[in-house]
Amino acid sequence: MVLVNFKTITVVPAGDALVDNVLSKTQRKTPTVVHKGYAIGRIRDFYMRKVKFSQQMFHDKLTHILNDFPNLDELHPFYADLLNVLYDRDHYKLALGQLATARSLIDGIARDYVRLLKYADSQYRCKCLKRAALGRMCTLISRHKKNLAYLEQVRQHLARLPSIDPATRTLLIAGFPNVGKSSFINKITRADVDVQPYAFTTKSLFVGHCDYKYLRWQVIDTPGILDHELEARNTIEMQSITALAHLRACVLFFIDPSEQCGYSLEKQHSLFKSIMPLFANKPVIVVANKTDLGWESALDDSGRALLESFKADSGGRAVLMKMSTHEEEGVSEVKNSACEKLLELRVESKVRGKKVQKVLNRLHLATPKATSQERTPNIPASVLAKRAVQSQGGDDTRMGGEDGDVEMGEEGSGPGAKKLERDLQEENGGAGVYSMDWRKLYKLRKEEWAYDVMPEIVDGKNISDFLDPEIEAKLRQLELEEDAREAVRDVTGDAEVGGYRFVTQGEKQVVQQIKDRKSLIKQESVREKNAHKHRSALQRNKVLTRRSRLQEHLEGLGLEKEEASDLVDRAASRRGVKRTRSESVAVSVVRSSSRPRSTSRTRSVSIAPNDGFSDPRQKAKAIELARKKLKTGVAKYGRKGDADRSIPSKLPKHLFSGKRGIGKTDRR
Amino acid sequence: MRLEKCYVCSSTIYPGHGSMFVRNDAKIFRFCRSKCRRNFNLKRNPRKLRWTKAFRKAAGKELAIDTSFAFERRRNRAVKYDRDLVAKTLQAIPVIQKVRSEREHDFYRTRMVEREKETRKDALRELATGLDVIKPLIVREKLREREEKESAMEVIEEGLVDKS
Repeated sequence: MVLVNFKTITVVPAGDALVDNVLSKTQRKTPTVVHKGYAIGRIRDFYMRKVKFSQQMFHDKLTHILNDFPNLDELHPFYADLLNVLYDRDHYKLALGQLATARSLIDGIARDYVRLLKYADSQYRCKCLKRAALGRMCTLISRHKKNLAYLEQVRQHLARLPSIDPATRTLLIAGFPNVGKSSFINKITRADVDVQPYAFTTKSLFVGHCDYKYLRWQVIDTPGILDHELEARNTIEMQSITALAHLRACVLFFIDPSEQCGYSLEKQHSLFKSIMPLFANKPVIVVANKTDLGWESALDDSGRALLESFKADSGGRAVLMKMSTHEEEGVSEVKNSACEKLLELRVESKVRGKKVQKVLNRLHLATPKATSQERTPNIPASVLAKRAVQSQGGDDTRMGGEDGDVEMGEEGSGPGAKKLERDLQEENGGAGVYSMDWRKLYKLRKEEWAYDVMPEIVDGKNISDFLDPEIEAKLRQLELEEDAREAVRDVTGDAEVGGYRFVTQGEKQVVQQIKDRKSLIKQESVREKNAHKHRSALQRNKVLTRRSRLQEHLEGLGLEKEEASDLVDRAASRRGVKRTRSESVAVSVVRSSSRPRSTSRTRSVSIAPNDGFSDPRQKAKAIELARKKLKTGVAKYGRKGDADRSIPSKLPKHLFSGKRGIGKTDRR
Repeated sequence: MRLEKCYVCSSTIYPGHGSMFVRNDAKIFRFCRSKCRRNFNLKRNPRKLRWTKAFRKAAGKELAIDTSFAFERRRNRAVKYDRDLVAKTLQAIPVIQKVRSEREHDFYRTRMVEREKETRKDALRELATGLDVIKPLIVREKLREREEKESAMEVIEEGLVDKS
């Protein structure tokens, strides 16, 4: 039904071209190399692919054609009839039908040959089968050459048909040949139809568009119709008849009373009568053209009676109008009246229809009543006052000066003149220096607030984020919640947790001491265990050796002198006696204080005493040497010595520790 | 002037710091420092970067849902200046902040409850059994004896003082 379809039909290739196309595509798009030495399955596959490919190509092409060409039954009856008139419906349908059969035949051929190929046993046989299949398909298509040629012609003609919308507002121009139909359409639209003195200049329908009442109107120019029976009409006339029959338009029946077209008025009248049935539901306007030829004055009574009979014959519906396209007289009147009549008809039918009800429910025609009160222009009081002032001021200047021009806004011109911002600007430094005080225009609850300075940021927060007219109520709510929480909250932090009581800071320190000491003990025991594996160079005299040290330690724990010494004696004496755990701990302290372990048992010593020097004199010499070197080398030349390269702490805490809230720690 | 939040780490961006990226769909991303910006350029999801506030809130390590957050919200409706309202707001801000920090503490404590239990259990066990290591039992007994003697002496002295 859509008009554009006719222009988008695929090109129908000629039979030869189609065959060539498909065969060359098969050659290019499928594998080309096969040897007789391949596996038979592979060879079969190769040839089957070719057959199927060609079949697919033909099938696709034919399907495209069949889908693109319009189905006459699905078109608007106007178009269906038009296509019938132009291309013969039967021929058209036959052509398409035969192409459809061709398509299914090709499918059949491909199926059969593929089936045969499955049982082919040599490459030669496969090749023959493929040749046969392709050959049959191609001969089939070449048998349909004529159909394809015909469809191509139809397609080309279809594409050039004028795009007529059967449903929109249309004006249809009909009449004898040469009466002035095409000139009329040339006048009212931008269409450029050929106008020639010979008959049947217009051989097909032409469309033009014009405007009336802000709407688009189609104007269709038809070829001339002659007066004979329907069967005797040729294709060209049939087009007009189709248009008249199927388009719901306003018909403009053109007559030429001057008989310049070559046909008498009686003949035109009889034509009118014969095609009357076609005007059944359409508004008709009989247009008498070529008034510039002066037939009006030359018309006799019979002619006038004939003209009247046009109106009468149509049952009084037709309207007679006179115009001249050559002089352009009466052209627009004809157009306007035609449009009006059609519009009336369309509106009437729409109103009668069902769709309108939906809209009418929503439409309301308001008819405001005229008020009796007088409505004078409303001039504000300030403006009146200003005018009064100006007229006063104007009087003053008139008295003084010669010309009485009153300028608005003159500074100090009269008692009521307002001081403008411009004047303020001039006073306070001019443009570029003076900036207007906006705050005086602020409309706040209290005037004095206008010059307040409001902070924007506090404590890393934006105040505007907190501004809320309902903040009080919310705060109250918050406080209620907080009170409820406060009741349950453990503020001092010394509540019981999970059945365990609170541990004070002092207790925590003691626990830490215990842990440290335990880890030290562990380390020692590990060291001692491994001591026999490798001699440690650490001298045992660093550990508590003297009993006085132990005594100091015990006093440090809080014991008195007598008690401490008492314990020390007890511990020292108790060796080889079974002890309790606590005593053995004391003993271990004592043991480490009494004798170095290296001398408690007889074991071999890897590093000799005396720092490895066997000879004390050698030792003294070595020390002297070291001292001298240090003194001469370093101090004499003022160079840095070992002692000067001192890094008191390699990892000072303040440089290597600490998180930063924001910032980087790549400089450490 | 407004203090903005960094898109990646959610820290405040003071004026004169950080950078801003405007995407083709007109969404604005602000960054407090190049670390955040570079992570963004690597298309990392802040919710998966452990050091960001977004991760902490999403992983339940910090207070995320609370009524006190409703006070500090960017409202796009302008409120006409009202001196009383601003005064009230200025007074309310520290109150709200205090409430928020209290609630954050509570949250932390509930989160650490299990750990606290463990710590206390361990500490109490050590105190019960491990004192030997630093102060041998003998020493402790001696100290206790002395204390008892001294307290007994005090009582007698008090008694003497009372009498006299």
